[in-house]
Amino acid sequence: MRHLIDIRDLTHEEILSLLDLADDIMAHPDSYRERCRYKKLATLFFEPSTRTRLSFEAAMMELGGNVLGFSEAASSSASKGESVADTVRVVGCYADIIAMRHPKEGAPLAAAMHSTVPIINAGDGGHNHPTQTLTDLMTIRRERGSLENFTIGLCGDLKFGRTVHSLIAALTRCKGVKFVCISPDELRLPGYVKQDLLSRSGCGYTEARDLAEVLPELDVLYMTRVQRERFFNEEDYLRLKDCYILTPEKLAGAKDSLAILHPLPRVNEIDTAIDSDKRACYFRQALCGKFVRMALILKLLEEAGK
Amino acid sequence: MNIDSIKNGLVIDHIRSGGAMRIYDLLGLGSLDCTVAIIKNAQSAKLGRKDIIKIDSVTDIDLDVLGYVDPGITVNVIRGGELVEKKNLTLPERLENVLKCRNPRCITSVEPGIKQVFFLSDRESKTYRCLYCEAKAER
Repeated sequence: MRHLIDIRDLTHEEILSLLDLADDIMAHPDSYRERCRYKKLATLFFEPSTRTRLSFEAAMMELGGNVLGFSEAASSSASKGESVADTVRVVGCYADIIAMRHPKEGAPLAAAMHSTVPIINAGDGGHNHPTQTLTDLMTIRRERGSLENFTIGLCGDLKFGRTVHSLIAALTRCKGVKFVCISPDELRLPGYVKQDLLSRSGCGYTEARDLAEVLPELDVLYMTRVQRERFFNEEDYLRLKDCYILTPEKLAGAKDSLAILHPLPRVNEIDTAIDSDKRACYFRQALCGKFVRMALILKLLEEAGK
Repeated sequence: MNIDSIKNGLVIDHIRSGGAMRIYDLLGLGSLDCTVAIIKNAQSAKLGRKDIIKIDSVTDIDLDVLGYVDPGITVNVIRGGELVEKKNLTLPERLENVLKCRNPRCITSVEPGIKQVFFLSDRESKTYRCLYCEAKAER
């Protein structure tokens, strides 16, 4: 059974083919309206989410399928102490494919070990978020025309920012990508990302603390939110939450061709005055999320049916 | 003190003093129905003191874990009273239920009955990471 737990579960060629399919769905949505008729997607969200859950549900509906599930752990049997393994065994009796978000890292992998239907990791704690990565890659490719030869700045919470970890894993397989990791010391990339992904890949990377200083050299800026829910200590959160705020003044030194991405939700790390700047791609990025999830659902259901 | 030599079996030698019981548990030797001798604090020219485990049967034990626990351990295979093979220990690619993930955010901290699995992420630095959350193993 094929699942998507980590973006590295897909080869680079498979990712490019998914992005091609997503582009085609975006261009010809009518051709895909009935492709998942009579199929059901279960969205098991043990942690609140707006964008990811709704984009999964919208994706399945636009493919002609149906959706069932829950949007918080309190409304599931997890609140009664049911294990992840048991939950997916049961849900697999009712649905053809499962999208799971869970606050514990590795929960979707544990689920996949027991599931009879494909599992899609829709975010596991501060670990991975592969469908956001597919969204990010689709956005970068549409904005820049290619996934090669550019410098990307990753800014904010690089320690718990699961979208950042998955994006790095995918981009290290693209030619000529350089990384600038911008964060306070406390929120730097975890060792496994730095050592196992960046250092081994041979991609150039630097670490910085000052966003304004490195902004002029960037082709893509990936902003992230400092996530309150990842901190055990409220004091640490309050101290670090406002460390990077992108303003029109800071943006003055950036390239005209810069693409500003953000996985959303945003709190205050991007000034709303930037929303009307043509370099702000984050709402176009949210739209890409639906199409790339449609492509993924199609691919996994097709492989499960073989 | 004399322990009978074995005719057919395994001798796990050069275990650091005090380590024999952990290895006994990790290899699941308690479930064997042959004779198993644990020798603690034996004299050793190399280590000063060492532990030894003798297993009186050539059983199919997964010895890979020994490479992780202590690469200095030697495993001798005895057949017909003769030493026929000295096994070289290497770091195993995967460790199951040997280590426990210490990351409180990992699913293994809450999921009942889940197998603790670590994979070798870097042979040179002997780094193992949790299969689920990729946190580095702490010895």
